[in-house]
Amino acid sequence: MPDDSLNVNVNTKGIRQNSFDAIVIGSGISGGWAAKELCELGLKTLVLERGRNVVHNKDYPTANKAPWEFLHANRMTKEFIDANPLITRAAGFGEDTAHFFIKDNDHPYVQEKPFNWVRGYQVGGKSLTWGRACQRWSPFEFTAPERYGYGINFPIGYDDIAPWYSHAEKFIGVCGNRDGIESMPDGEFLPPFDLNCVEQYMQKSIKENFNRNMVQGRWAHITQPQDIHIKQGRARCQSRNLCMRGCPFGGYFSSVSSTIPWAQQTGNLTMRPFSVVHSVIYDEKQNKAIGVRVIDTNTKEATEYFARIIFVNASALNSSLILLHSTSSRFPNGLGNDSGALGKYVMFHNYRAFVSAEIEGFEDKYFFGKNPTETIIANYRNLHKQDTDYVGGFTTFSGAYRSSPNEEKMAETIGGNYKDEMGEPGSWGIYMYMQGETIAKETNHVRLSNDRTDQWGIPQLVTSVGYDDNDDKMVKDFLEQSIAMLEKGGGKNIFQNDNHQSPGLDIHEMGGCRMGKDPKNSLLNEWNQLHQCKNVFVTDGACMTSTGNQSPSILYMALTARAANHAVEEMKKGNL
Amino acid sequence: MDRKEAVQYISLLLGGTLVGANSFLSGCKTADKQLFSKDDQAYLDEIAETILPETKTPGAKAAQVGQFMIIMFTDCYNKKEQETFREGMKKINDQSEAKFGKSYLGLTIEQRHELLVQIDNEQKQYTKNKKEDEPVHYFRMMKELALLGYFISKPGCTQGKRYMPVPGKYIGCVPYKKGDKAIV
Repeated sequence: MPDDSLNVNVNTKGIRQNSFDAIVIGSGISGGWAAKELCELGLKTLVLERGRNVVHNKDYPTANKAPWEFLHANRMTKEFIDANPLITRAAGFGEDTAHFFIKDNDHPYVQEKPFNWVRGYQVGGKSLTWGRACQRWSPFEFTAPERYGYGINFPIGYDDIAPWYSHAEKFIGVCGNRDGIESMPDGEFLPPFDLNCVEQYMQKSIKENFNRNMVQGRWAHITQPQDIHIKQGRARCQSRNLCMRGCPFGGYFSSVSSTIPWAQQTGNLTMRPFSVVHSVIYDEKQNKAIGVRVIDTNTKEATEYFARIIFVNASALNSSLILLHSTSSRFPNGLGNDSGALGKYVMFHNYRAFVSAEIEGFEDKYFFGKNPTETIIANYRNLHKQDTDYVGGFTTFSGAYRSSPNEEKMAETIGGNYKDEMGEPGSWGIYMYMQGETIAKETNHVRLSNDRTDQWGIPQLVTSVGYDDNDDKMVKDFLEQSIAMLEKGGGKNIFQNDNHQSPGLDIHEMGGCRMGKDPKNSLLNEWNQLHQCKNVFVTDGACMTSTGNQSPSILYMALTARAANHAVEEMKKGNL
Repeated sequence: MDRKEAVQYISLLLGGTLVGANSFLSGCKTADKQLFSKDDQAYLDEIAETILPETKTPGAKAAQVGQFMIIMFTDCYNKKEQETFREGMKKINDQSEAKFGKSYLGLTIEQRHELLVQIDNEQKQYTKNKKEDEPVHYFRMMKELALLGYFISKPGCTQGKRYMPVPGKYIGCVPYKKGDKAIV
């Protein structure tokens, strides 16, 4: 059983001193957006971050390091890998980015089924190291679960969120082409990155032979700074492709380079790092949440903060954890959890499969600079009708490149000619990997451990999340279709792999506190408010009702901005 | 995964020339820091220099590849790989004695080249027929580490390749002629 969250030693320094208009739990991609919107709308806002502070540029220790300045060529030592087998497998983890990820032993959890939970506990959260893909959901995705009978729909549709996508895209800067593809809608785009010659060739081949759309993706990179970006102190992307170290130019979007300093400029933001949220405090007399209880990670002292509205943006699984741990006699199973659905219907994206091939020719072509983006083959499955033996769809990320040279093709493999040739680009290759929808299931869940706690006395999270037959079928189809596209394009040495990686390594965990029309099977309404405690909003990955096949972060931003604006309207009307 | 990772992954899978492959993925204890001496370092520098000698651009010795190999072997490789590597260092000298009646360091530059070409051919044959669970050939390790160390070193990166810390822009399609260096 969870602790009675009311039963904790509290150091209350006086309600007035600790009172704000709004509290935001978390400073990652959605928390940063909540802070920006609420502060801009005039609310005195407290942002609670469990990790340390990270300030743009000042706290990017590796941003300008040359390759030779890393002791181990950006690999981790045996000693580190042994101590951190989970986090070292995270995408983008290396000597240059390790400081933006947790260490395994600091933040234990219980894997009932294998689940590799990737976390970055600092101001900015995982927005510092995210993949930066920003495709919009299509109307197909908002309606597919009920159309094909594999779940419930979001309580909102594409038209509800489209203006908020625009709002987010304009502020963060998203580059892309306006392709007019129905399964990947256009948005407010800055000029796209180029396709290289092999990408152009494959685009044509895939269109002609399969009538599928391989196009430039949509990326949170500033290719042509607008006034709003200059005001944020951000400049054009310099094509360094070292994003995850933090960008000195602010070329890609992160909370640290954009929303948080923006919120700070309003004078309405109070940032409190080193603050683990213990629980949300519910007042039985007023029938609403009145604040949060925080444990200082350094002193382990508990403090209460109070506000009229609370945004929970602690990252998908941690938001569920906080709510599960926020118990009261009204909500003995977690805040707003009359339905019993809290912590359930956890989903993720299926990234298991990968293909690649060598493309002959084009030896007289190269590229200039370092491309931080990828092309996308927009989802072509189960759109207008059910056309496979599984439900859902997948996005395919793809890119062509000139690899390192293959010494099997060289006459000399020792000596001066070898050295010189190894300094040249090799032949062209192309890869594709999937980002597949997974299906919401009650059995895929997280819950609080009965007997294990973390270093702050908060119950550890138990993860019980796994693949199913639908995922296996989708992997099979992705591999078959992708190989067919490579073969038609003249690909040689075709390689395919289903790596069976644990869920979690996708870093797209979603659900646990899902939106829905019906309070009997969902937690949040169409404005991301808890059905049964309306001054608590959850707008991070926890709120997701289905996963779609697009990268989710830009949707979290849009949902957060929409919810924050609704919250302020409701406050003005006296409803909150 | 993103472009950078996908490209690295594929380089490992297909080219096999971007070092280290599986060695970096498995786990083992960090080794004794005193595993290698100054003499070892000088010897490894000379081996790496034969693999990647000075041409119009600096060689492996100028890039201090010997020191890099030692750091990597000490911190990133497991005990079994370290043993294979150590034995390999001895085997090169043994083969040198057998072929030329001198230790490796006593050979001329041409003799060193001839010896390592021979060992490299043995390595290629072994690697081609190697079963998954059999150990990596010591010379494969040396060569891959030499390449990695050289091309991430300052001389290797800035002169052996086209080092572009701040390209400023990305152009998708530009002409290429044989001999142009790879952009890093």
